[in-house]
Amino acid sequence: MCVAIPGKIVAVAGAIGKVDFNGNLVDVNLNMVKAGVGDYVLVHAGVALQVLAKDEAEEMLDLFRQLEEVVNN
Amino acid sequence: MTFLRDYAGPPVKIMEVCGTHTASIFKNGIRSLISPQIKLISGPGCPVCVTPAAYIDAAVDVAQQEQVVLLTFGDMVKVPGTKGSLGEAKAAGAAIKVIYSPLQALELAARKPETLFVVAAVGFETTVPVYALLLAKCIEAGLTNVKLLTALKTVMPALAWICRSEPDIDGFLCPGHVSVITGATAYRPLAANYGKPFVIAGFGAEHILAAVYEIVKLIRADQPLLRNLYTNVVREEGNPVAQELIARYFTPAAAHWRGIGEIGASGLVLKDEFRHYDVPYAPGNCLATDAPGCACGQVITGRIDPAECPLFGQVCTPSRPQGPCMVSAEGACGIWFRNR
Ligand code: SF4
Repeated sequence: MCVAIPGKIVAVAGAIGKVDFNGNLVDVNLNMVKAGVGDYVLVHAGVALQVLAKDEAEEMLDLFRQLEEVVNN
Repeated sequence: MTFLRDYAGPPVKIMEVCGTHTASIFKNGIRSLISPQIKLISGPGCPVCVTPAAYIDAAVDVAQQEQVVLLTFGDMVKVPGTKGSLGEAKAAGAAIKVIYSPLQALELAARKPETLFVVAAVGFETTVPVYALLLAKCIEAGLTNVKLLTALKTVMPALAWICRSEPDIDGFLCPGHVSVITGATAYRPLAANYGKPFVIAGFGAEHILAAVYEIVKLIRADQPLLRNLYTNVVREEGNPVAQELIARYFTPAAAHWRGIGEIGASGLVLKDEFRHYDVPYAPGNCLATDAPGCACGQVITGRIDPAECPLFGQVCTPSRPQGPCMVSAEGACGIWFRNR
């Protein structure tokens, strides 16, 4: 349950960012990071914990997609 | 690569602390790529796996009260307590709602001021700042109908405990997302005090192989150091905002680890001035309340592989889990079962 998933911020309103996870838009709290529209963030339990470089985020997304098969079937 | 495959030195035992690493090790068949002299064992890397049955019982009791809704992450729902799981309690009518973020409590509580929303606050350093943020927002909004039922744990004291009680573990692959919060520097005292290498790495196959290589090299060179191979994600100092939030609301206390027992200062509880947000419960004797025959304690300390548990795959399966290691997506028993 410690897994954090990367996503891209597409809009910001106050402390809340709309984050795109593979096409799903989710509201994410941005209080713990300095991030804006276009940044990739590592999100855990609805909160962004860290800003990520784009290629790092993409590599992680790819990996978690694969791991999901391992843990969910 | 060939170094790890052909390694013929003295046997080494490496613990991967984090369930996501365990999952990736299986997915990528990493055990088959390295010499049998290098043994990878799964640690207590999942907060669900180490939550005692007494806590589940307390959560069930809370959810059965009038005007109370228990909010929980989905992976807690199937964990067995002594009186059944939260899922069973829900089926019998208890008010239990699965959430993906504790911050959802804010909106729920604002909409229904007459209902008390109790958050089943389970987690390691990764999740604790989220509960702290929830409290900050409750205080800001003047909400008095949100409380926490806490079973929060910190990984560092548990790793120290493992170093002391399982001296034949030679090195550690550190948990990735816990380290995002604590920072790499948090492992330095462990490496120095216990004379073992700690390596932080990402979750990809090449990351894990690089980490195993690094750990074996450090062990062989007798260099008990911390190495961070995941500097893009894990900073030296971690996330200071998250650390400050944790320190504002929580203070260390002894905690009960399922299958292990009590470890001093390995948990976090609300500070006295915020105790009115706490739902107290008796931790009970966490060893006595485990399911009979469940060997989770031995699994998460690396003493046995899941398949060596007599209940594994026969009595205990993901659809009828006897212990939390089988329930959680990151639990060692569950990962072994799904990848038999
Ligand atoms: S297989 Fe089931 S009973 Fe055995 S240790 Fe794992 S969770 Fe416990």
